[in-house]
Amino acid sequence: MNPTQRRLFLVGALSVAGVGLGVVAFGNLGESLVYYWDPTQLVEAGDKAEGATVRLGGVVETESVVWVEEANELSFQVADAKHSVAVINRGAPPQMFREGIGVVVEGTMGADGVFQSDRLMVKHSNEYRAPEEGTESADLYATVEDM
Amino acid sequence: MRPGLRWEHGVLALGLGLLAFGHYQGLFVAPREAMMGDVGRILYVHVPTAWVGLLTFSWVFVAAIGSLWSGSMKWDAAVEATAEVGVVLCSLLLVQGSIWARPTWNVWWTWDPRLTTTAVMAISFVVVLILRRVIDAPARRLTVSAVASIVAFVNVPIVYMSVKWWRTLHQPFSSPETVDSPMVTPLRIAAFGMLFLSIALCTLRWRIAHKRLAAEAEAPELPPEQPQLTLPDEVS
Repeated sequence: MNPTQRRLFLVGALSVAGVGLGVVAFGNLGESLVYYWDPTQLVEAGDKAEGATVRLGGVVETESVVWVEEANELSFQVADAKHSVAVINRGAPPQMFREGIGVVVEGTMGADGVFQSDRLMVKHSNEYRAPEEGTESADLYATVEDM
Repeated sequence: MRPGLRWEHGVLALGLGLLAFGHYQGLFVAPREAMMGDVGRILYVHVPTAWVGLLTFSWVFVAAIGSLWSGSMKWDAAVEATAEVGVVLCSLLLVQGSIWARPTWNVWWTWDPRLTTTAVMAISFVVVLILRRVIDAPARRLTVSAVASIVAFVNVPIVYMSVKWWRTLHQPFSSPETVDSPMVTPLRIAAFGMLFLSIALCTLRWRIAHKRLAAEAEAPELPPEQPQLTLPDEVS
């Protein structure tokens, strides 16, 4: 292979790389690449959201958490700035789960407006703090608001 | 200097020393994380691995450009060395992330954009290494693996930006503003340790690759991995 051919390969590879990156960066893939819906999107989708397996992400509303040990069910509200969705998750709350924390749940929206979740994931923010006296966990998770 | 001892051995010792010191600080001196407790200390391992892993893959990109431009064995060896060290770091990154995810997120793995793009990144650089293994003709190997490296590299900025561009379960970028100062110092020390470790490993691996390529160029019909069969002397 002569140098000219090789350098043509270089130009070709760089072009493919540049176009690829450009498409991902500016191609509005965000619209089709949604890892989770927020409560507002789920509420606005209405009936269309029923029955489909989706992920819902938001903040666990304060004083909304109820753990029923006999039924092995954890119920809580997942909220964003506008809306709040009732969630029932099968299984015990994970260690990090608490009010005011960001969560992503996997499951289906029921006709009764309750999201039936079979997987509960807790979102940790990018803040790493030393424990302080009297600090509320909700304050530590202030950044999940703009997730 | 003792014979056989090179500058990269010094860098290796420095890197390991900084890693040991940084991890000692992270494990025993820095405070527990407010939400995660002791589990949060994996930060000092995971974040440096991520930073240096992505950096190492960007060296593959530079080496691949140099390789296609010059056709030189030195750059070709650099592609091989940096891609291999990058794959090791990226594999470690995925394992560490999984270990951290289970107690904090409550899952070992989820297909969120950060995790998915990172997995694709690991696989695509493994493909580069496989290509180098299966192609015997040196010039063809140089071209194909360099082109594959450049294409694979596209994903590196995407991995980095994924937490900003898309909704993820993974947390966004950490910065000194989001990390308390007693935690920043061990993180920085460990990151420099990881950086020096990667530089040293890439250099050591480069020497091996370069030696092999040079041997191959001298005896092209006889690849070094293939031992020559010697027939026993005639038995009388």
